Amino acid sequence: MSSAETEAAADFVAPGAARDWRGLRRALPLGLLLAVAFVIVPLAGTDYWFNAILIPFLIMALAGLGLNLLMGYAGQASLGTGAFMATGAYATYNLLLRLPDIPLPISLVLGGLIAGAVGVVVGLPSLRIKGFYLLASTLAAQFLLEWIFNQYGWFSNYSTSSSISAPKLAILGQDLSSPVGRYLMTLTAVVAIAAVAARLVKSQTGRAWSAVRDMDTAAAVIGVPVARSKLSAFFVGAAVCGVAGALWAFAYLGTVDARSFGLDRSFQVMFIIIVGGMGSIAGNFIGSAFIVLLPILLSQVSDRLFGGTVDAGQLANLQRIAFGALIIWFLIKEPAGLAALAERGWRRLRPSGTAGPERGSRPGNTGKIF
Amino acid sequence: MAFLIETLIGGLLSGVMYALVAIGFVLIYKASGVFNFAQGAMVLCAALTFVTLRDQGLAFWFAALVTLAIMVVLAIAVERVVLRPLMNQSQITLFMATLGLSFVIEGMSQLVMGASVHELDLGIVDTPVEVGPILVSQFDLVAAAAAGILVLALSVFFNVTRIGISLRAIADDPQAALSIGIRLQRLWRIVWGVAGFVALVAGLLWGSRQGVQFSLTFVVLKALPVLIIGGFTSIAGAIVGGLIVGAADALAEIYVGPLLGGSVSTWFVYVLAVAFLLIRPAGLFGERAIERV
Repeated sequence: MSSAETEAAADFVAPGAARDWRGLRRALPLGLLLAVAFVIVPLAGTDYWFNAILIPFLIMALAGLGLNLLMGYAGQASLGTGAFMATGAYATYNLLLRLPDIPLPISLVLGGLIAGAVGVVVGLPSLRIKGFYLLASTLAAQFLLEWIFNQYGWFSNYSTSSSISAPKLAILGQDLSSPVGRYLMTLTAVVAIAAVAARLVKSQTGRAWSAVRDMDTAAAVIGVPVARSKLSAFFVGAAVCGVAGALWAFAYLGTVDARSFGLDRSFQVMFIIIVGGMGSIAGNFIGSAFIVLLPILLSQVSDRLFGGTVDAGQLANLQRIAFGALIIWFLIKEPAGLAALAERGWRRLRPSGTAGPERGSRPGNTGKIF
Repeated sequence: MAFLIETLIGGLLSGVMYALVAIGFVLIYKASGVFNFAQGAMVLCAALTFVTLRDQGLAFWFAALVTLAIMVVLAIAVERVVLRPLMNQSQITLFMATLGLSFVIEGMSQLVMGASVHELDLGIVDTPVEVGPILVSQFDLVAAAAAGILVLALSVFFNVTRIGISLRAIADDPQAALSIGIRLQRLWRIVWGVAGFVALVAGLLWGSRQGVQFSLTFVVLKALPVLIIGGFTSIAGAIVGGLIVGAADALAEIYVGPLLGGSVSTWFVYVLAVAFLLIRPAGLFGERAIERV
């Protein structure tokens, strides 16, 4: 049975007050988490935490969300994530540069929309092909866009170096260039987009995406507009990735540089959703924590163990091996992603009487897209 | 005109070498439905092992044999440690696992054998041969011939031998194949071993052309458009696709690049491949999937 069906059924199970009550209970942990993220972390965090861990973690989770909408929910595999992020970054940069009157949040949104429009073009082949053929064809966009941004000076305002420094960040005269400011800006954007995405995947559009993912031929037979669903998924997914790219350039790196949006980035984001869980909003955050923290952890551990005795190149190789091996290990242990693992653990913690039919995304059912 | 033909021939010959890498993909995809991204890492691993053994003073054939043995051991380990636990998982999960695998293989190879650039001399004289007004690289000719022989051998292997026929049975319908007693896991080991052999040949040819170094893994990126054009399941498609990609790549670099003011080699063949897909969605020789609802 498709997950869309179970979700739809679960929506009708609990009417009236009982449903509200359960919704509240479910929202409580999330509310606590947000309170911690918005209030306690800015007070307690150090600059190192903001710059090296929290900001990249949030942005990569957002990029993961973009790809997850496209690939985990709509089943359209893409390795063009880096290109979408680059498009968002360059679009926002040029908007800020050429139309300085537009406030920063609007520029971010517009940059995302431009990336979304590019995404629709990139997604056109999905109307004819799927699976690995589609995956490989999105590489065309990845390489072409990367090349365009490097090749034509207009995008980087004819800067002589290949990386250009981002304009100052400010909203309503409030300077946001401090680490806390950039953290709060990123957090706000990520939370807002994740909230919209969580609603979207349960809307008619989201249901159509799931139907197309589970089997597009069958979806077409029952009257789901397949072409429109695929292209809208490309639009939304690329737009979210575009905002993530703009944030990556402005809130994290401080420069706009096409090299930071290469194929490696695309793979990294795909790792995030595979490890975290396809078809799960929370999975992106778990996956991102894994992908961002693991290299830091590995370098800390290897420094402690072999610091000084092994040269840096060998250390990098050891980290490579450990990273690859851990990826394989996690895939074997939990092929549906860490979100499924977390959900199982969560359900075990709850008293059994209140469990009821669960709602929301179920990564376990949605892992197989082709 | 002579220059055009020269470029074209050079492109076609390097296309054969792209095809060689693509065949490694096709073999594994056909037999196990795995899109093996670690193929590039296997090429690097084979070439590095071979060069290191040669540096230790081993004879050519002995070094090649030892490398092949190592690739076979690698194949068995991959089947046991990665493929078997992931059986029946989605193809994208398997693809990701091979990405992880490529990290492991690259890291291991460089950890044991170093990351410096090695020269690899196969003893092929690289003086251009004159054919009328056209100069053709002798090395490219030898490489293309070697690739051609390999492809012929593989075709015979898959069409005539018992193993090859069982492999085709598995590609066609794994469950039916299992039910008549074909041992899937043994065949996976064999296919990965053969892919390791193909990686060795590709690694030797590419390695002697551009030096044995980390960038060898990037030949995978040239092989992907070949796969799109030729189809993931056809060896003949990989050859034809390789020729098309090689020729298009060489011609575009000379004739399209200057128009756009820069090197177009990173993306041109990809865009071409996508254009191809729009006309033939399963590639030139790919099997058209029939869907049942």
